[in-house]
This record gives sequence, structure tokens and C-alpha cells, in this order.
Amino acid sequence: MNTTVLSLRGLTKRFGDHTALEGVDLDVTEGEVVVVIGPSGSGKSTLVRCVHQLESIDSGAMYLDGELLGYEEHRGGLRPLSPRGTAAQRRRIGMVFQQFNLFPHFSALRNVTEAPRRVHRRDAADAERDAAALLARVGLGDRAHHYPRQLSGGQQQRVAIARALATAPRILLFDEPTSALDPELVEEVLGVLRGLAADGLTMVVVTHEMAFAREVADRVVFMDDGRIVESGPPQAIFGNPTSPRLRGFLSRHNREVPA
Amino acid sequence: MTLTAPPTRTGAGPHDVATARARFRPWRWVAAAALLVIAAQIVAFGVGNERFRWDVVAANLFAPSVLAGLGTTVLLAVLAMLIGSLVGGLLAAAQLSDFGPVRWAATLYVGIFRGIPPLVQLIFWFNLAYLLPRLSIDVPFGPTLISWSTNDVITPLTAGVIGLSLVESAYMAEIIRAGVLGVDQGQREAASAMGFTPLQTFFRIVLPQAMRVIIPPSGSQFISVLKGTALVSVIAMNDLLHAVQVIYNQTYEIVPMLIVACIWYLAVVTLLTLGQRRLERHFARGHVRTVATGGVS
Repeated sequence: MNTTVLSLRGLTKRFGDHTALEGVDLDVTEGEVVVVIGPSGSGKSTLVRCVHQLESIDSGAMYLDGELLGYEEHRGGLRPLSPRGTAAQRRRIGMVFQQFNLFPHFSALRNVTEAPRRVHRRDAADAERDAAALLARVGLGDRAHHYPRQLSGGQQQRVAIARALATAPRILLFDEPTSALDPELVEEVLGVLRGLAADGLTMVVVTHEMAFAREVADRVVFMDDGRIVESGPPQAIFGNPTSPRLRGFLSRHNREVPA
Repeated sequence: MTLTAPPTRTGAGPHDVATARARFRPWRWVAAAALLVIAAQIVAFGVGNERFRWDVVAANLFAPSVLAGLGTTVLLAVLAMLIGSLVGGLLAAAQLSDFGPVRWAATLYVGIFRGIPPLVQLIFWFNLAYLLPRLSIDVPFGPTLISWSTNDVITPLTAGVIGLSLVESAYMAEIIRAGVLGVDQGQREAASAMGFTPLQTFFRIVLPQAMRVIIPPSGSQFISVLKGTALVSVIAMNDLLHAVQVIYNQTYEIVPMLIVACIWYLAVVTLLTLGQRRLERHFARGHVRTVATGGVS
């Protein structure tokens, strides 16, 4: 059995009266690719945003390599970590956003070198060499000196993946990485994700791409109404769904996007 | 003229817009003629009216006292802008804070110093001694450490710098706050996702992008401060306006001396405008598509 990298226990998140996540338990082991599917508003994006501490959680706990995320023990209770402590934890988690969020005032290369240089205090030449290799890995070796505005959506998202890889995170989170892309650009990004999965990276991917989930996932998690309804290997989830909600979701999806 | 066009080379049809000529637009010629007449009148007025005394303007343009006044004006404007921007940045951060008391204090500060006319504030600071005969640094509600006579500390220069900086910081706070708010929330999320601390996120990611929005209004603001320095002549500060006033109070050459001041104000403002354009280009990095081929109109 592999070691557990990420562990969520009873994760609950509310936005006002609306409960976005309710008692979510999830373990991700080293080298595992977990794909999270579910209808819009089911809480899948909120899940990865909570893990990355972009949203605060209301109850439950999250652990990265056994270390409590976002809180520390203090006088027999818990208190929120300092901003510095939170930043240190985030460095061990990589995140790729739906809207890419590249820094528009930096070139592609500089987007990738910024965190290694400023956060990990790496030498500029070293960081640039590694960044060039990462850009080559996502197929953009010749675009290093372009600014984000000069790149297509698919290219920007691939730069964003290289940027997330640059800090050698323990786990990579993808928040609908292809949802903002033109249909013909989706495949180039999914191709990069397949490569990362084959390289044995630990990943949690929130997506609407069922074919990708079926092909790449070690485990598929189906969420609805802020809960994990069903989870298991892709063959079971897609071939033999047990809950009516998952069956309904899959049939709706198959009608819209023939897989 | 015939409406049927000559046969075209490519033979697509009877018309080819490439052969079209410009329309005759009479009102444009009328407008141009009118402007020309007005311009000629202004030049004739400037040259023909001897009371402009251009010889006096030329003789005093580089007079030592005028240049010294210009130096004071520029120094005052630069100091007010520097202090105003620094304090304004802190105020903007305070106004964006999620801690209420800090936010309210900053909002009150901006409200007060933006709301009182700068001239009133200058006279007030210059006369601070009536309110506080001595300035001192002491432990709150405890013993005094150092103390000075207010009249020694508040010279026209310090009163001018304090007054203008306070007004300036209130305006800069609003400009900087607007710039910071204009940066997409996703940028902050991406930066913190990469493990940047809040300070690193602000200075490396948010501020450089906010600068694009901050620079143009700051340039206008710098220009209004520069012109605003003329107010300090009322507290007997030797700025550019005061320097020419001193001369015309003796010679009664009021108009030519005011023209000397106008020329210098316009010269400095023009330089500032050019500098602002350069800064804008610098911070537009990554926001302009480089044109690979073809021209831009």
C-alpha cells in the first residue's frame, strides 16, 4: 500500500445558508490520479479550492503528509496558522486554475521561474534552466519569451501547468483545467495531463471530460450536493454505477457529449 | 461625371472602390479658415501689443531669483508627491484591510484632508504655533523626551511640505486603491497558490499590474500638485510665483513677469507629461500585442 499524501476528514464548507461541502472524506495516495466529476454546483471546485486554502473551511480537517493544513495546535486547542505558515504549506501543493491566471506582466519563462526564485530562493540561472525544461515538457520550448497575451488559451494553460510543476509539489490540483478552452484546444492540455499521470504524479483533477476520466483516472469520485455520492475505479463508475444520481448524471452527459 | 465606372482590371463587375476619390467637404475648409484667422489674430496681438514687453520676459526668464523660485517649486512638488505617494499607499492598504478600525481611520483621514481646501490647510499649518506653542515627542500620557518651539519647526517650507503632502496622500490613496481593486482576484489566488506571502503577492504581482491603472491619474495628480505649489506664495514661501511677484512689486511689470512664470510652469508640466508616457509604456509590458506584420493606423 502506498503512503497517503492528502487526507480529508469530514470537510464542511458553507457560503451563507448554502452548504457547498458536507462531511467530505477523501484519501489520495502517492502516485494516484483522482478525477472528480459531478454536475455544476456539486462542490467539486470548492473541494480543491479548500484544499489549497483559497477558501476557509467550517469544520472537519485536512492533512498533507499527515500534517494538519491551515491550523496548528495552541494551548490545547486549534488556531489558524500565520500567513507565513499557510504560504509554506501551499508551496507543497500545486494548483492549476480554470482561467489560467498567468501573470500578464511576465513572460512565459518568468511565470515559471517566479516561484522557484522568490519563494524557494533558487539561483536565477538554475531556475531558468529547469523552467526551460518544464516548458519543453509541456511542448512550449519555443514560446519561453512570449507574454501570456501572445499565447492561445491552450498554450497559456500549459504554461500554467509548467508553473505549478516548478516548485515540485507533493500533489497537483486541477480546477476544471479545460473548461475555459475552445473545443479544439482541449486535447493539447489533456495530453499534458496524461503525460503527468504516466510520470506518476499525484493529482486531483476536477473535470467535465468523461473520456479523460475513464482513460486516466485511478479512481473516479462522483460528487453531488456537496457530498461524495460514489467513488471507485473508472470501470465501476462508468460501467456499473449504483446510485440513481450517478446514473442520471452519466446518461445526461452521454446524451450531450457522446464519449 | 458618369456613374458607370471604367472597366476593371479583374473584371468582377462594373464598379471598383479602389478608383473612388475623396468627397469634397466644404465645412472642413470653413473650419480650417476660421482657425487660421483666429491664430493669426492671436499672433498679431502677441507681437503687436507692446505692453507684453517681451524684452522684459526675455531678460527675466533666467534671472537667478526666478530660477531659485523654480527650484523651490519643483522641490516642493517632488517632496509632496513622494511623501504623498508613500502615505497614500499605506492609506490604500488600510482602506482595503479587513480590520474595521484601520479601515475607518483611513477613510476618515482621506475625508478630512481631501475635503478641506489646500489653501486653508497651508495657512493653518503655517499658523500652527497659535494652537501648539511647542512641539514635543513624549511617552503617551507620560514624560516629555524632546521638545521644540513650533515657530522654529514650522517654516514656510515645512508648512508647505506638510500641507501639500497631506492633501496629496489623500488623493493618492484613492488612486492606488482603485488600481489595486482593478487587478483580477485570480492573480492573487495564483500568487498565493505558488506560496507567495501576502507581502510578496502585493509587491511582485498585484502592484506591478495595478501601476498600469495608477500611473495616468498619478501623472495628472503630480501636475496639479506642481500647480498647487503656487498656493505657498501666500505663506511667503519663495516659490516661482513668489519670485516673480517680488520682482513686479518693484518694477510694476506685472504681465511680463507673470508670463515668465507661465512659461516655466508649462515647461515643467510638459516634461512631466513626457515622463508619464514613458512610465506608461514600461508598465504596459505584456498588455500590448506585439505587431508581427502589417501597420497600425
